[in-house]
Amino acid sequence: MSGTAAERAPRAGVSASGRERILSRIRAAVAGAPDVEITRAYRTSSDPAGAVELFAERVADYRAVVHVVEAGEVAGAIAATLDRRAPARLVVPDGLPEEWARAVRSAVEARAADAGAEPGPGAAAIVRDEPVLSAAELDAADGVITGCALGIAETGTIVLDAGPGQGRRALTLVPDYHLCVVRADQIVAGVPEAVGRLDPARPLTWISGPSATSDIELNRVEGVHGPRTLEVVIVR
Amino acid sequence: MSGGNTFLGMPAFPRNAAAAVQDSQLRFNLRKATHTIRGKRASVVAELPDWTELRAAGKEIKDHTLRNLERYLLQMEEAVTAAGGHVHWAADAEEANRIVADLVKATGETSVVKVKSMATQEIGLNEALQAEGITAYETDLAELIVQLGDDWPSHILVPAIHRNRSEIREIFHDKMADWGRAAPEGLTDEPRDLADAARLHLRERFLSTKVAVSGANFMIAETGTLVVLESEGNGRMCLTLPETLISVVGIEKLLPSWRDLEVFLQLLPRSSTGERMNPYTSTWTGAVEGQEFHLVLLDNGRTQVLADEVGRQALRCIRCSACLNVCPVYERAGGHAYGSVYPGPIGAILTPQLRGMGSALDASLPYASTLCGACFEACPVAIDIPEVLVHLRGKARHPRTERLGMRAAGWVFNRPARLARAQRLGGRLRRFVPERLPGPLSAWTDTRDIPDIPAESFRDWWNRTDGGAR
Ligand code: SF4
Repeated sequence: MSGTAAERAPRAGVSASGRERILSRIRAAVAGAPDVEITRAYRTSSDPAGAVELFAERVADYRAVVHVVEAGEVAGAIAATLDRRAPARLVVPDGLPEEWARAVRSAVEARAADAGAEPGPGAAAIVRDEPVLSAAELDAADGVITGCALGIAETGTIVLDAGPGQGRRALTLVPDYHLCVVRADQIVAGVPEAVGRLDPARPLTWISGPSATSDIELNRVEGVHGPRTLEVVIVR
Repeated sequence: MSGGNTFLGMPAFPRNAAAAVQDSQLRFNLRKATHTIRGKRASVVAELPDWTELRAAGKEIKDHTLRNLERYLLQMEEAVTAAGGHVHWAADAEEANRIVADLVKATGETSVVKVKSMATQEIGLNEALQAEGITAYETDLAELIVQLGDDWPSHILVPAIHRNRSEIREIFHDKMADWGRAAPEGLTDEPRDLADAARLHLRERFLSTKVAVSGANFMIAETGTLVVLESEGNGRMCLTLPETLISVVGIEKLLPSWRDLEVFLQLLPRSSTGERMNPYTSTWTGAVEGQEFHLVLLDNGRTQVLADEVGRQALRCIRCSACLNVCPVYERAGGHAYGSVYPGPIGAILTPQLRGMGSALDASLPYASTLCGACFEACPVAIDIPEVLVHLRGKARHPRTERLGMRAAGWVFNRPARLARAQRLGGRLRRFVPERLPGPLSAWTDTRDIPDIPAESFRDWWNRTDGGAR
C-alpha cells in the first residue's frame, strides 16, 4: 500500500503553496533577530555506582513488581514468576536469550502437563509472532515476556527498541501482563546517558511503570489500555 | 459541540469566570487537582540538582530553534521523507483539516481513532471530519468523558477535572452505547470500574480502526523523529495498531537534535504530571513496522506570534500545564472561562496572539491575571508570562485608564527586583486588600473573595527554600 494514499493526497495543490507561505512568513518574522547559543550546563552523566539499586527502587515506585536476582538465578526467577501469574497464552518474541527461553518453555509445558488438558484455547501455550499475529490474536494472548534495550536508574524507566528479544511495539502493549528482564549492564544512571545510547532510527518505547490514569478525580488507576501489570526481573 | 472548537462567540472571560466560580463542584475539583499536582511537581523538581541548568538549556534550545525555524523545518521534512514518511504543510486550520480529511478518504475509511492533541482541538479537526462523514473517536479517558458528555476540556492535563465520579458514571452509562460498546451492567462509580469500562469500550475500536490521528510533543529535525508522551497507553494503541498514522504538529514543536531530548524528557514529565517520567513515551522515525505515515506541519497563527518580539516566547511552551496549577485566577475561574483549548496563564497569552484580539473574549484574556508571577517561576522553559500579558494589554483595545495602569504594571514587571519588592509589599498589605478587584477583574470577584495574596511570595519562598529543596 506504500504511497497510494500519498499520491492521492493534496501534495501539489494546497499544501505546496502552504509550504511557501509558511516559510516566507517565518523568514519575515525572525529577520534581524539575534541567534541564541545553547549552554548545556546540566549533568550529562551521573555516577553509575548504586544504579541497579536505584533502578529497582524507582521502578517499584511506579507500583511495578520488581525482583533483583543474581546471574545464576534468572531462569528460576522467570519460572517462579510465570508459575505465580499463570498466563495462559504467553507471547515470546524471537531473539530472547536461550537460557530465558528455555525457562519459559519448561514453565509453560509444566503447567500444560499439570492441567492434563489437550492444547487448545485456555491451555497454557507459547505464542510466537511468526507469522505476524493479527491484532485480534494478540488480544487473545494474556502475557508477554521481553528483554529491553536499556534501563534508566534515575527515572525507573525501561526502554524497548524492538530489537532481539523484544519484538514489535504492539507485543508489549496489547497483552495485560508484561514480564521484562533487565540485565545490570543495561542500566544507565540518567536520561542523558540513555538518549546517547539509543538509536533514533528504531521505534522506541519508554516504559515507566504500568499504564495509568489520574483522570477521575485524580485517583491513580493502573492499567487503562496498556498492561495492567508490569513485572521486572533485574539480573545482576 | 456545534459552536466549533475555538468556542467562538463565547462571552468574555469575566462573565465566564463569574459563572464558573459559582460552580462549587468545579472549584473543588480544580483546587484539589492543582494543589495535588503542584505538590508532586515541587518534590520531583527538587530531586534534580541541575533543574536550573536544564530549564536554561530548555529555553535556549527553543529560542535557537525558533530563530532558525525555516532551516530546521526543511531538515525535518527531508529526514521524514527519507525515512519513508510524507510531509504536508498547512498554513491555517482550514488547510490542515482539508489535508487530513483527504488523507483519511484516500484510505477509504470513515472513522479514525485519536490520541489527545491540542493542535487538532485548536483547528476543530473532529468537527471538520464529521462534516466530511468521518467520525473521530477520542481515546484518552478524559477526552472520552469530554466527548461523550458533549463538553469542553477544562485543563490541559486533566481535561475532565470538572467532572466527578458520579457524573462520569452517568455519562458512561447513558452515552457509551451511542458510540460503540455499551457500559457494563451494574457499573459503579469506583475509578477502577470506570477505567475498566473505558478499556473495554475502546479496545474493540483500537483493534478494528485502520487510521489514527495524533499530535506530538516534540519532533527532531536532525533525525525526523516524532515523540509522544502519555500515561494511559491509548497513544501507543493509536501509534502502533492502525495501518495509517497522521500526525498534526505545530511548527513550534521542533527541536534541532536528538540530543535535545535529554533536556525535554526531564523537564516535561516532572513539570507536567509531577512524575520522574510519564508511563509511556513513544518515538518513531518515518514509516515504521509497515505503517503509512503522514506528518502535517501546522502554522495557524504561529508565524504571527513569531513576528512579535515580546510575544514569541509563548512558542517555547511545551504544554506541561505547570502554570495552570500555580495560577490563583485559573484555580478559581476554571479552564472553560478562557474560551479556548489553551486555558490558564499560557492560554491568556497564546490564544489572543494566535487568534488576534478581535473578539471581546480574546481582548479580555490578557486581563485574566493578577500578574503575581507564579506562572513564570513554574514554567520549565522560563516563559515570562506576566511580561507578555502586560505587553498584550498595551495592544488590546481597552479603556485608556486601564492602559495607563498597565504601563505602570509594566514598569514593575520589567524589573524582577521591583516585582519582588511589590510582591513583598503586597504580602504585608494583604489585610488591606479590597474585597472587589478593580477594572475588568471585578466581574469575577463579584461572586468570590479575591485570591489571597500569599504571606510569602512564590519567588521569596523559592529563593529561601532553594526551589523547595530545603
Ligand atoms: S507556559 Fe510554561 S508552564 Fe505553562 S504550559 Fe507552557 S511550558 Fe508549561
